[in-house]
Amino acid sequence: MIIDAESLHFSALNEAVRACGEKHISIKNCVGQRYIAAGLTGREIEISGTPGNALGAYLNGGAIRVLGNVQEATGDTMNGGEIDVFGSAGDASGYAMRGGKIFIRGDAGYRCGIHMKAYKENKPALVIGGRAGSFLGEYQAGGIIVVLGNHKDGKPIIGNFCGTGMHGGEIYLRCEKVPAKLPAQVRAERLEKIPQGTVRALVSRWCSLFGEQESAFTEAVYYRLTPDSENPYRQMYAFH
Amino acid sequence: MLYEGQFRNPSGCAVAGVIDRSGRPMSGEGMIEAISVMHDRSNGLGGGFAGYGIYPHYKDFYAFHLFYSKKEAQEETEAFLGRHFEIVYSSEMQTRKIPSVRDEPIIYRYFFAPLPQKLARSHLDEREYVARCVNRVNAQISGAYVFSCGKNMGIFKGVGYPEDIGRFYRLEEYEGYAWTCHGRYPTNTPGWWGGAHPFGLLDLSVVHNGEISSYDANRRYIEMFGYKCTLQTDTEVITYIIDYLMRKQGLTLEETAHVIAASFWSTIAEKEAGAREQETLLRRMFPSLLVTGPFSVILGYTGGLMALNDRLKLRSMICAEKGDKAYISSEESAIRRIEPSLDKIWAPAGGEPVVFELYDKKGEREQ
Repeated sequence: MIIDAESLHFSALNEAVRACGEKHISIKNCVGQRYIAAGLTGREIEISGTPGNALGAYLNGGAIRVLGNVQEATGDTMNGGEIDVFGSAGDASGYAMRGGKIFIRGDAGYRCGIHMKAYKENKPALVIGGRAGSFLGEYQAGGIIVVLGNHKDGKPIIGNFCGTGMHGGEIYLRCEKVPAKLPAQVRAERLEKIPQGTVRALVSRWCSLFGEQESAFTEAVYYRLTPDSENPYRQMYAFH
Repeated sequence: MLYEGQFRNPSGCAVAGVIDRSGRPMSGEGMIEAISVMHDRSNGLGGGFAGYGIYPHYKDFYAFHLFYSKKEAQEETEAFLGRHFEIVYSSEMQTRKIPSVRDEPIIYRYFFAPLPQKLARSHLDEREYVARCVNRVNAQISGAYVFSCGKNMGIFKGVGYPEDIGRFYRLEEYEGYAWTCHGRYPTNTPGWWGGAHPFGLLDLSVVHNGEISSYDANRRYIEMFGYKCTLQTDTEVITYIIDYLMRKQGLTLEETAHVIAASFWSTIAEKEAGAREQETLLRRMFPSLLVTGPFSVILGYTGGLMALNDRLKLRSMICAEKGDKAYISSEESAIRRIEPSLDKIWAPAGGEPVVFELYDKKGEREQ
């Protein structure tokens, strides 16, 4: 089914998506409609244009593919499924994810993957192709964040205050030198290439989705950030 | 009747701006269309626009836009302004009746030149003279409010959704090289015509999405310099801070940005020597003008626009370019509605000012 979103209010668009009995839905001319596919499961939705904030919030399963950029809070508190973004993403992408995967081809904004958490089989993953803004993985409690640094504007791969308040999960950064100014409670471990297992599968998936050569991303130096249990938070979290 | 929990207003204010850097004029229609995409960010309690270059035939005169809640206020105000200015032109502003725009005040427009003798006797420069007269009207005459007072620019605002306010003021009939606009979701104030954005003083205009937590600290400091914060809203104080820093202290746009959205001390410590010293100096000189809390602001002035986010970037903001045109918006979708194919689009970092100016600003900027 094809839905032309050109002149639809977000509530009408989302009602049309929910009411549609078909598995495949193509949304054309999207222009800022919020909450698309919120809480849905088992659908495959392709979007052209620019979807609005909170795309795929509380997503339970299925797949969303965006042939352009996304705005703020993509995959907010999502539980499962996959969101593939062929452009860049705004602030707070993957905010409080509890499961599922987000793949972003380009850059991402501030506060991506903050409050991400994992529980048993629910292990969220956020893969950012370019660079990420400040507060990446702030208060992260579980799951995996990967930043591939495939950007060409010369800016650092991450902004300030990465992993502040982090107490679980992992962040992988593809860069030759350890980023300056990581919080004292975060440990950075140099890896000469991406390790086998979940993270390698994520990087391979990103490469095949966006047509990038896999060896350039798997045979590269990464820094793996994890909470430093030797240096726990001794007082209430307060940074400045 | 709806109760709490039965209704959710997914709001948060919206800002947008456009400038054609070659100076080519465009009507207000584009901004109306762009801001309408972000309809749900505001709640119908305020909308407004600022246009630059819209009064070419009166460009040497101060264009005053006034709200009057009663005729007596108009008489008192016109008597006061008549003692300080030569009135070149005055008329009620032409508006269009829109069902959703109600309870509008009396709206008048004047073009003024300061009375030369009066100005000379005041020992003030012309812009300060005008600013003080505006402050007098807004603080002392009940029922009168000057909401625009720059040269060759104008602010149009009111209570309603921004696209309705744009049509109410017939902005398709105006042409300017730059426009900003705002959809409002008031958080602390009831939402009155004067409280809508943009806020302006002389040719400065400010639209703002956010809620600054330093309002009272900023207000107390800025009122020491003769400003009167009459509306208890944070955007008004931001406007006065920028006017004070740029017009009275002579700071550049970038320096002003480093005062109001100063980097953390830890971030400043890591900068190169020159930048570190300059930012340290600015933070030490104007600590009371640091604006904290979430904000995304578009500043309009003669010849340009500046976009600025708070240092933590707690509000969204996107910049884009297409040929001579540059765009700023809370959401990318609003820009895409009026320009689907862009040369460049990016999100500036928190505290990082982005300035778009006319290629040829010579003689344009009021001194």
